[in-house]
Amino acid sequence: MRRAGWYAGTVAVLVVAVLPVLWIVSLSLKSPATITDKRLWPVEPTLENYRSIFGSALFTRALLNSVGIGLITTVLAVGLATPAAYALARLRFRGKALVLPLTLAVAVFPPMALVGSLFDLWRALGLYDTWPGLVIPYLSFALPLAMWTLTAFFRGLPWEMEEAAQADGATPWQAFRRVLVPLARPGVLTAAILVFFFAWNDVVFAISLTSSDRSRTVPAALAFFPGDEQFAQPVGSIAAAAVVVTVPVLVATLVFQRRLVAGLTAGVVRP
Amino acid sequence: MSEQHPAAPGAAAEPRPEEPGPPAARHPGRVRRKRRPGAGRRRAWLLTAPAVVVMLAVSGYPVGYGVWLSLQRYDLRFPAQRGFVGLDNYAAVLSAPVFWNDLAATAVITVIAVGLELVLGLGIALILRRRLAGRRALNAALLLPYGIITVVAAFAWQYLATPSLSFLTDRAWLGERWSSFAVIIATEVWKATPLVALLLLAGLAAVPEELMETARLDGASGWQRLGGVLLPAIRPVLLVVLLYRTLDTVRVFDTVFIQTNGANGTETVSLLAYNQLAGRLNLGLGSAVSMLLFLLAAAIAVGFVWVFRADLRELSRGPG
Repeated sequence: MRRAGWYAGTVAVLVVAVLPVLWIVSLSLKSPATITDKRLWPVEPTLENYRSIFGSALFTRALLNSVGIGLITTVLAVGLATPAAYALARLRFRGKALVLPLTLAVAVFPPMALVGSLFDLWRALGLYDTWPGLVIPYLSFALPLAMWTLTAFFRGLPWEMEEAAQADGATPWQAFRRVLVPLARPGVLTAAILVFFFAWNDVVFAISLTSSDRSRTVPAALAFFPGDEQFAQPVGSIAAAAVVVTVPVLVATLVFQRRLVAGLTAGVVRP
Repeated sequence: MSEQHPAAPGAAAEPRPEEPGPPAARHPGRVRRKRRPGAGRRRAWLLTAPAVVVMLAVSGYPVGYGVWLSLQRYDLRFPAQRGFVGLDNYAAVLSAPVFWNDLAATAVITVIAVGLELVLGLGIALILRRRLAGRRALNAALLLPYGIITVVAAFAWQYLATPSLSFLTDRAWLGERWSSFAVIIATEVWKATPLVALLLLAGLAAVPEELMETARLDGASGWQRLGGVLLPAIRPVLLVVLLYRTLDTVRVFDTVFIQTNGANGTETVSLLAYNQLAGRLNLGLGSAVSMLLFLLAAAIAVGFVWVFRADLRELSRGPG
């Protein structure tokens, strides 16, 4: 009887977690004629909506912007954060106790509070509606995120191995390459995925600091899809675009499930 | 931006002293080179400085400039009238009823959403802890809401609540105030609860099994074990998650922007700031609203850490 209760809970959670996703997929497969048929499943599934968005420069350009800006942000943030996190986890130095609280203070800052000044600065500097104009504010939040994740990860590594390798005659460089890099790789990968998610997900900066498809990312393009009035929204196209931006993230999430969960919970609960 | 890092609130955690390396004696005959402390410190700074400098440049400067803007009359439609006005913008915002309405809407969304996230998250964590059949499917399904971008989640729930589209309802949920709140809150809860559950599960995993076994032998019921053993044991983790979710939700923007754009009294403080900045191009007033939002978040964080300082210190010591 009690067991049945737990299973009922499991099923309820499964349904609620999956239903909205299923719904958006279903809408994306409906034709304009059947989109208002109020059915869960599409009667005559069609790929029309997907053809239409991939035929529109508005969407393909936004997709390119999202991927490009996301990758640049990820490389810069992880590249800068990895050495810093190594030092924070491994070395003693003056000022160390200040660095992590500083990253935290930045992370608590509401993104909206940066929008006004960046809007003004970017217009003056010519960065408004450009890729760097988005990469820079993303770094403000991606850097602390990467530093936290990586520091927590590095603290949990078996550092004795590095010292043992050096004691066994390896040069510091060899110890670094042969022992450290393989150990650190999963942590760096996790941090990279989290940072990419952040950039891929952002709306606040993407709608405030861009004005055209030159640099507008997919979330911003979706938010401003042509047809401003609510009942005039091209629901099918929005649903198809939503599915397209969701798929890569979901695949990455499911493939790296374990590591992501470990990376996300690191720092709140020590390994 | 609702994907702020959950680890962040763990800040109370002090850096853990380095694990001592294995004693050199384990490798007799080999001498471990001793690092000169000065060189080590320089190396540490060389490794850390680039990240810190970039962080200060990309965050510190715009924040400072934002504070400066909030003290000016600065409307891009009338740029000639730009000038320093002290705290006038703050006075204007704080005396505007719309600010207080938006603050109330933000509070409604935050209190209800975060409360539900904690209760449901704890329930899901307890289910996961049972290691029932179907646990893998449940784990994977939980990552769906987490992996979906906020805008897509907002559209999915909006279309579920739109009578001309939805297979679930004939009611125009986004047509009036409280049902709009319900949709916004449902979206936020759906998106955030999985992560809350995973964080709480990690906390539960650190509770020693003997503790539970002892309680069971003492004849404590399931609810008594939950309230008497599990909850006290994960209290620090609960508090960190509560703080992280609260700070993340007071700046709620994406969901409201997509679903109602502030209609029917659902405008939040972030949305007000956005409308002033990007809509009216009033950088002075908009920056003042943003800074007030920041002050609110900072006050919540500082107050929270102060009230619960004993619990958070316990967390920094780590379980066991």
